[in-house]
Amino acid sequence: MENLQFIIIIIFSPLIQGIIRKFKAGLQGRVGAGILQPYYDIIRLLKKEMVLSTVTSWIFKITPYIVFISTIVAAMMVPVITTKITTKSSFSIMGDVIALIYIFALGKCFMALAALDAGTAFGGEGSSREMIVSILVEPMIMLCIFTTAIAAGSTNLARIAEQGYIFTPSHVLALFAFMVAVVADTGRIPVDNPDTHLELTMIHEGMLLEYSGKYLALMEWSHYMKQMLLFTLAVDMFFPVGIAHNIEPSSLIVSSGVYSLKILFMAGMMAIIESTRAKMRFFQLPSLLGGSFVLAVLSLLTFIMIGK
Amino acid sequence: MTSILYLGIMLFFVGAVIPLISVRKTKNYAYILPTTGAVTLAIFGAYLLFTPPVNISSISITPVLEFVFRGDAISGFFIFVISILTFSVSIYSIGYTKSLANKGVMGFLFSIFILSMYAVVLSGNIITFLISWETMSVVSYFLVTFDREEKSARAGLIYAVMTHVGTAFIIALFLILYKYTGYTDFSDIKTAVKDLPDAIKTVVFVFAVIGFGTKAGIIPLHTWLPEAHPAAPSNISALMSGVMIKTGIYGILRIAVDVLGIGPEWWGIAILVIGAVSSVLGILYALMEHDIKRLLAYCSVENIGIILLGIGASMVLASNGLYKLSAIAMTAGLYHTLNHAIFKGLLFLGAGSVVHSTHTKNMEDMGGLIKLMPYTAIFFLIGSISICALPFFNGFVSEWLTYQSLLFGFKSVSVTAKVVAPMGGAALAFTGALAIACFVKVFGISFLGMPRSDHAESAKESSPSMIAGMAILALLCLVFGIFPDSTIKLFSPAVLSLTGAEYMSSGKNILYISEIASGLSPLAILVAMLAIFFAAVVLIRVVGGKRKITYGDSWDCGIPSLTPRMQYTATAFTKPIRIIFKKIYRPRQDVKISYTLKPLLVKSIKYSSEITPFFDRYFYKPVANFIHSIAGKVKYLQSGALHLYLGYILATLILLLVFMS
Repeated sequence: MENLQFIIIIIFSPLIQGIIRKFKAGLQGRVGAGILQPYYDIIRLLKKEMVLSTVTSWIFKITPYIVFISTIVAAMMVPVITTKITTKSSFSIMGDVIALIYIFALGKCFMALAALDAGTAFGGEGSSREMIVSILVEPMIMLCIFTTAIAAGSTNLARIAEQGYIFTPSHVLALFAFMVAVVADTGRIPVDNPDTHLELTMIHEGMLLEYSGKYLALMEWSHYMKQMLLFTLAVDMFFPVGIAHNIEPSSLIVSSGVYSLKILFMAGMMAIIESTRAKMRFFQLPSLLGGSFVLAVLSLLTFIMIGK
Repeated sequence: MTSILYLGIMLFFVGAVIPLISVRKTKNYAYILPTTGAVTLAIFGAYLLFTPPVNISSISITPVLEFVFRGDAISGFFIFVISILTFSVSIYSIGYTKSLANKGVMGFLFSIFILSMYAVVLSGNIITFLISWETMSVVSYFLVTFDREEKSARAGLIYAVMTHVGTAFIIALFLILYKYTGYTDFSDIKTAVKDLPDAIKTVVFVFAVIGFGTKAGIIPLHTWLPEAHPAAPSNISALMSGVMIKTGIYGILRIAVDVLGIGPEWWGIAILVIGAVSSVLGILYALMEHDIKRLLAYCSVENIGIILLGIGASMVLASNGLYKLSAIAMTAGLYHTLNHAIFKGLLFLGAGSVVHSTHTKNMEDMGGLIKLMPYTAIFFLIGSISICALPFFNGFVSEWLTYQSLLFGFKSVSVTAKVVAPMGGAALAFTGALAIACFVKVFGISFLGMPRSDHAESAKESSPSMIAGMAILALLCLVFGIFPDSTIKLFSPAVLSLTGAEYMSSGKNILYISEIASGLSPLAILVAMLAIFFAAVVLIRVVGGKRKITYGDSWDCGIPSLTPRMQYTATAFTKPIRIIFKKIYRPRQDVKISYTLKPLLVKSIKYSSEITPFFDRYFYKPVANFIHSIAGKVKYLQSGALHLYLGYILATLILLLVFMS
């Protein structure tokens, strides 16, 4: 039962995307589409016929599946509403956070390969840029994780989420760095613009340019899931208060309520960041991401020096 | 059981001699002999892992010159690693060497090279070790210069110089050990070394790191790797990069960990820092390469760094008294040693197969090979995924263990270890991300898209034996990735004899570390992925129904059609990295524009860019120039006249007599 909480992420991730878009529309003075629009998009794409490039190989065809399933397996490792995850049986998926980052990387790697598969310059551009961003982001995410993992004495996400204390100096620093990482990894302004199809500025969209029909649906859905998963990860690592430690119905209901509030808060934050910032030039990114990398290093050093 | 060893050695000897008998008409099936030899020696290696140390033989020629061969769990582990790679490379060589000019010589050197590596890890005393070590270096020199080209000769020279600088340090450290303990046998030295003063131990440690580090390819002693590995034929590159550089790791383990025992904490910290620097710089340089084999050679530098991160963490933890955690870190180091031998062997064999078929090493001339060489492509992809440490292949497990070992550093008492170890983890994360970018580039540019040259367009799949050699290694990548607990059980005796503790993972097909209450189960991840895959396929079918697929051109913005020249190139792919890390690369670019009518009508634009190899330019070049200038001055002593040389001898004799009296 507790091992099925990842289904929450699969089902509700398009909704979160819809909510962020609605928030953004509100902030920008537009009406915006309904919050269910991403669901309609996915279903419509699934029903469309596909156009494939003759240049592509099987890499292009398996990539949507690999991205989709690696995101779901990553979701299986995350405590969503309860930290009670069986950790010691052979066939249970265990919530190790380092493994989770590498499972994410599997999807990212194949996405970058598929972008090169069609032999167009746009794909290569997107692929190259995505790799650069992930080179700058990955060490930062790892350092944030190290801080929380060392504080909890475990790299298991359930153990990390069970930690009571929050908002110690080291955690606050790590939280800021992690938020920048979430913005970069979900392809949002100021790093990437999710609404653009302007060839020269796109990163994530550039990689998806050749996709259509059900493959595009899978890619989009994976992207929504990844976004919600990163929110959940931030919640688990930095403000786990309210998450259930058992699977009794009463505490699960409370936990679900608290969880939805936290995720809505994260969604609101994203909308505010996106509406108030301008997209940065690509070569200005190293200063943003490098700055937050320093924050992550500081958070680890703070924890080592003052112990909290 | 030693009879198995003798059988294996005989097989290699016969395998070396047969090609020599008929140099011209050698059938490539002679490689069957090393293949079977590798099987028997793999059995022997496994046997050594599970028995107490075995004295194999000692041949005394004079009291000073005594050959001692001894095997223990550590040698057993390395024999096992060498045998696995030898097995598949021998099979691969059956097809690969068909087109070589000097088949017989190749067959001879191939077997002797492998035998010398076995001899290095089985040596029981100083003199045996040095002779085996030199044999290995000399034979590999001949293999590097096997293609009689000017480039190979240059690479061979650099290799010979670097490897002898390393050997000089190794000889020095052995002389010191002999002088202060009075023994030549490793086991005697090990018992006597405890009474040595710390300063002597430190000198021995530093010399071991420099001497063996040169062979392993740590930065800044790595310069020979990107020269020598691409110059050698690809089956040899696989052996050199997969296992020969591991003898350097073996030397560091044997001397710095086994013989010297637990040292002060800064030894471990030093190894950690060397590992971190080698891994980050190694992969940064790899990213800039367009020569597929040079790229892989730089990538070996990176992986040696990762191995040293595990070993360094183990030493730090041991000197802090955390023996159980130290065993886990050593497990990580050895696991990555095994893994790197397999996936780097696989990648070099794959690269060899590509070079063999396209006749170019330049990635900018490849492209679209996935359709022309489907098997090579899939095995190369498996190798790339493994080296990027992505689930569920073998690199994933060993890098996960390395991360955990580095995090254990926080449990040690000293603040230095607490700070340095997690920073090593950050370096590993950075390396991991760069490695993914690097192999996306390699695979994406050379195998995907459209063929970029006529060479690539006319490429053909390699012969069945070459494919079989790669297939075995690809399968092993998967097996060692899915069954980590069985793999660790296999070499835990070696960990036990190195650290005095063992890492036993509880549970089946699962890595569980009770100290941090976390674990990893690649098999579970694989099963979950398969289950979700089938669920996804069903879901799509139910919601979307069956739709037809239309094929068309790639998106071309409306221009008539895309040509291969419009694809993203390897240079373009890594250009942002070159710009962001320009402090490290110090790139130089050159734009030449020629005009028909200046400045309006441009005839042609020629763009070239290169990076400054930092250590070559600012360290090796001044040293080489200095030696050249010294040699120029010494030259005047060499007149070529016999009476002058006689005069030198007389003068030396008189000087010696004066000093001795």
